[in-house]
Amino acid sequence: MNSQQKTVVIGVSAGGMEALTVIVKSLPKDFAPAMIIVQHQKEDSDNFLVHYLNERSKIPVVEAEDKQKIGAGRIYIAPPGYHLLVEGDEQFSLSIDAKVSFARPSIDVLFESAADVYAENLIGIILTGANSDGARGLKKIKDAGGTVIVQDPETAHTKAMPLAALALTKADYILPLEKIGPLLYNISGGTKDSKGIT
Amino acid sequence: MKPIEIEEIEIDLILDAMFKRHGYDFRDYARASLKRRLMHRVISENLSHISEMFPKIMRDEAFFKRLLLDLSITVTEMFRDAGFYQAFRETIVPKLRVFPFFKIWHAGCATGEEVYSMAILLHEEGLLKKAQIYATDFNSRALESAKEGLYAADNLALHEKNYSDAGGKTALKDYYRAMYQSFKIHDFLKEKITFADHNLATDGVFGEMHVILCRNVMIYFNQKLQTRVLTLFLNSLDHRGYLCLGKKESLFTTGVVDAFERVSREYSIYRKK
Repeated sequence: MNSQQKTVVIGVSAGGMEALTVIVKSLPKDFAPAMIIVQHQKEDSDNFLVHYLNERSKIPVVEAEDKQKIGAGRIYIAPPGYHLLVEGDEQFSLSIDAKVSFARPSIDVLFESAADVYAENLIGIILTGANSDGARGLKKIKDAGGTVIVQDPETAHTKAMPLAALALTKADYILPLEKIGPLLYNISGGTKDSKGIT
Repeated sequence: MKPIEIEEIEIDLILDAMFKRHGYDFRDYARASLKRRLMHRVISENLSHISEMFPKIMRDEAFFKRLLLDLSITVTEMFRDAGFYQAFRETIVPKLRVFPFFKIWHAGCATGEEVYSMAILLHEEGLLKKAQIYATDFNSRALESAKEGLYAADNLALHEKNYSDAGGKTALKDYYRAMYQSFKIHDFLKEKITFADHNLATDGVFGEMHVILCRNVMIYFNQKLQTRVLTLFLNSLDHRGYLCLGKKESLFTTGVVDAFERVSREYSIYRKK
């Protein structure tokens, strides 16, 4: 793997389906990073979100599975009712440990484990939401040398979560949704085709 | 050296220490959630680093019990994943009816909520009297609470909802006695359950089982340990026995995939070939 290759983690709650649709739609087919998403959902939700986004995306959108190898150019969604963690060998693990920040899956749990593994090659993003999950995780990403992006609270469906994140961490970028996809493409280490050549 | 690299060494050494000193082997657990649990104990004890737990693991039995509880307890509910119990009624119960007597192993039963859920289901299907259920865990404190069958009333509404979603035939309150802020499972449900100490990471085969349930335990293991445990299950299952995993667990990343056929994709029910 190219050491420049980035991985993207996204945390989102209330208003998430519309927000994720905007970002996912804007990514080109050759978008290289793996993108891992925690969207707060009811524990007994089905995988509607995965199907919904997959139909609108040029990159495959799948539900993250236990001990699955994390691959480039894919979008992974945390399954409802489970925490999603990144292991050192770039595999996923699931857990049913107690809720963190009142949520399972918790954004903090994903972000903190991903920061350990990817350090400066991680891009963390907090979008719309009505709670403060993800704020601690985003700080950990920043402390580990990663890049942090927060949705401009003024443009968010619900601004509590972006505000909580900004209260704890100085963001590298504060942007409206439609500018996040293009930025990711620019800063995320090129396309799949150029991977390993530079 | 980066702090994260130092932490990795600390975790390796602590896990070795736990194994050598106490015989509990967490070395092949999935690291990310294991680390969260270790850090939880570090913070609860007002320590700063994982390595500060080392002298306590060596000499402080009370501390070690607290740590072990952190590393083993999973949060569960009565009839967790209600749809699974529906699927069990539909696919496995008819097969169990033909046996004069059958054995079920619930591996990693933690505090027992799901074992009692199964006992209730079998009772409602008229099968409990023919059943012998073995419920095992490596944590003796969890086993003690499982045996007692006494639970906090906080989540009762959730348990009731799960029970009815699971196809329950009467009402959950028929199976417990409500007490002040808690509820206690009726004794008749315990008569066919044997609680026993068994560690999936280190112990061996467990008799010829017709059904093995091990739900949301293997997500905490790495692939090497997953394959070990699944081989153990394969060798503990009777001919054409059933294996029930957690909803998001599968055999497909492990070395035993060819020995089983899949019965339910949604609820991860498998059958020995």
